[in-house]
Order: sequence, then C-alpha cells, then structure tokens
Amino acid sequence: MRKKEKRLITAFYTTHDAMAFEEFCHEHGVPGRLIPLPREISAGCGLAWSAPPEDEEGLKVLLQSAGIIPQELRMLEV
Amino acid sequence: MIYLDNAATTIHKPPCVVRAVTEALTSLGNASRGAHEGALATNRLVYRTRRKLASFFGCPESEKVIFTCNSTEALNIAICGTLHEGDHVITTVLEHNSVLRPLYRMQNERGVSLGFVPADKQGCIDYADFERMIRPQTRAIVCTHASNLTGNMLDIRRIGRIAKEHKLLFIVDASQTAGAVPIDMVQMGISLLCFTGHKSMMGPQGTGGLCINGDIEIEPLKTGGSGVQSFLTEQPREYPTRLEAGTLNGHGIAGLSAAVDFISQTGIDVIRAHEQELARTFYRLITGIPDIHIYGDHTSDERSPIVALNIADLDSAIVADELAYSYGIATRAGAHCAPLMHKALGTQEQGAVRFSFGFYNTIGECEAAAEALRQIADRRVL
Repeated sequence: MRKKEKRLITAFYTTHDAMAFEEFCHEHGVPGRLIPLPREISAGCGLAWSAPPEDEEGLKVLLQSAGIIPQELRMLEV
Repeated sequence: MIYLDNAATTIHKPPCVVRAVTEALTSLGNASRGAHEGALATNRLVYRTRRKLASFFGCPESEKVIFTCNSTEALNIAICGTLHEGDHVITTVLEHNSVLRPLYRMQNERGVSLGFVPADKQGCIDYADFERMIRPQTRAIVCTHASNLTGNMLDIRRIGRIAKEHKLLFIVDASQTAGAVPIDMVQMGISLLCFTGHKSMMGPQGTGGLCINGDIEIEPLKTGGSGVQSFLTEQPREYPTRLEAGTLNGHGIAGLSAAVDFISQTGIDVIRAHEQELARTFYRLITGIPDIHIYGDHTSDERSPIVALNIADLDSAIVADELAYSYGIATRAGAHCAPLMHKALGTQEQGAVRFSFGFYNTIGECEAAAEALRQIADRRVL
C-alpha cells in the first residue's frame, strides 16, 4: 500500500461537476486528480478531487472560478 | 442499394463516427462506476459530449443534457415526468406515436386531457388553433418539429412564443430535424427538446437525448444505479443523474460525439442545402407522373427532405416492395407510426410510400428513383 498523506479532498454533488472541475484544473495546470470518494466523506460511491494540502483558500477560489459548489471540502489522510 | 429511408435511420455514417465507435469498443470503461482510467476516460467523453450537445442545441446548462436511447425514451421522460392529474395538453395531428402514446397513457392513467391542432389535406396547421385551445388547466404544448410523414416543418419559434406568453411547457420532438436544421432552445422558446442520434445526426442507433432549458422538475422514468449516493433509497435529485439510471451507452455516445463534430465541421447549412436540393429535385422529376399523389406542402422551403406519395390506388406496400425488389431502392411504406396524420391526409387504408433523403445521397440516385417510379406507374398493375 502507498503511504497515506494529507490531501485536500473535494466531494461533488454530481459526476458532471467532478468532470467539469477536472477539466478546469487541467486547463489551468492545477495539480490534483480524481479518486474514489473516501469513506470518511461518504459511505456511498462516486468521485472526489484530491489536491495537495497547502492551499485550501486557493482551491476554494478555483472551485468558485469553475462555477462549482462543492458538496464537501476537507483535509484527509488518504 | 439506393437508400432513401433516411427518416427511419441514416444507414451511411461519417467515417469518423465509425472510427469513434470502433475505438470506444476497445477502450471504454463504465462512466461513473470507478475512478480508474477506463472509467474516467468514459466520464470525460460523456462530459464533453454533453457540453458539445448543449452548445449545438443552445441548451443553457450542459448538466441538463440527458442521454437516452432514442427520441422515444426522451419523449416518455419529458411527457410522463412533467404531467400531473388534471393537466391539459395541446398537441397536433402531425405527431408520431412516440408523442401520441405517452400522451394517451397520461390520459388514461392521470386523467390528462388532450387537444389536437388539426391539419388540412396538405398536412398544414393553423397556428391560431394553439391559442384557441388554451384553457386554465393547460400545462404544455407538445409537438414535432417536422412531420415524419409529409416532411412539413412547424414554425417552432412561433409556437414557442405562444407557449412563453401563456407560461406553458413547450416540449419539442426533433426526431426529423436534429442535425439537419439549426435548433436553438433559448431563441425558439423550447423547454424540453427530445432528439435521436441515429437519423439526421448521423450517429449510432441507441443514442439520443433530452435537453432541459431552465428549472423544470422532471420525475424519472427509470430508477437504479447512478454511481453516486449508493445508500439513498431514491434516485438522486441532481441532473443529469436524476434521469440517467443504469449504465450509459458510452460506445454510442462516442459515435454521437464524432457525429456532432462532423456536422459542425461540414456545416449544418451545407447539409441542409444538399438534402433540400435532393428532395426538390426528386419532387420536380416526379410531379408529371400520371396519377401520382404527393402529400405535404411543397410550396415552402421549411421542410424536412421527405417526399411521401401514392400512385393511383396502389397499395403503398406493393409499390415499396417493387422499388426494393426490382430496383434496389429502399423506401418505407405503410402507416409510418403517425395515425392522425394519415387520417388527415385520408391515407389510413393505402398508407404512403416515403422517400427520405440524407447527406450521402446524390442527385443521380434521385433521378434513378424517379425513373423507377415512372416505370412502376406506367405498368400500374404490378
């Protein structure tokens, strides 16, 4: 298993939002990737955006710029 | 085979559509069912195709482009998902059974009342009838963009203005026009647009969609797997997930995406001009044939490239079979799933032979079909 590390995890209301945010981040060269939704956020399934932990405010600005309201944004060890 | 049944489905697809489907068949995972590259690749394809279609049809929010397996499914969702007990709906006699049967179902199951805008012997309507039929209980106008039998197009913008003025839902069946006629939901005042991917969009069968313009509550026709919120006992309420239970047709959507690219690159006006020229040429070549009866209003340019006809009192099925068997020309005969249109035209018994043209047809094929028809008419007794 990979060693767990702190990440900023964003959960979305829809897969459409997740894909829109992935495209937005790729277009703007923002690091991160889509991962399965961690169980700490929901026992359901779905996608979440995993981003480096340093800049929570920056991530919020990015979400706003992309026009996406996150379901949840949380620091997690994943 | 000379294929002149494009109103049923386009048999010739752009090469890029074939390539896209073939590639998808060897590479796509299940959209929204995992975060590995196979699933994500499909998610990305689905997302981009939604955006592409939203732009193509002037749908303001891409998450409100819902994938369905055809127009019929989209119309069932639009009609059965929005109508309630006691609602009144205005529709027209031009409609296909994909509109009529869901409406009749709502009539039987929810007490929805229906009003039908009539048509004359040429299949033309009086637009003032929509306003005349509006009642306090009227909730929606549901109509086709073009008759699949006569090819007559309705002035959607004009009907959209009436719907907007009276705060009615406006549901449009674009089965015969999507991909061949420019459609802008906002400019035309369309609330719900239902389209299929396999006709003039030139995509694969099993694709289509419902585009939603604005905040419209639609109850799902199907419930089931969504890939999200697995412990909810109901279908998630967010669009598009609300209306897309079960695995999407990713392979088909790949083809549809390529088809939209093809239309955009070729130019929808170029496609329309070519198809109109084919239909006009064919019409001109056959008008002099003795005892030929051509249906629809051919004085207008606002038409789908369809020419429906009969020869004297010959059974349309026999004429279509002769065209297929002796000349290798594919047309469609019979009732065309548009029973009220046939009643208006007086062709319930005889049906009609429908020639429908597509982007890959040629003027030479029109000439060959016209000559075959002339020979059949000359022989008369088949």
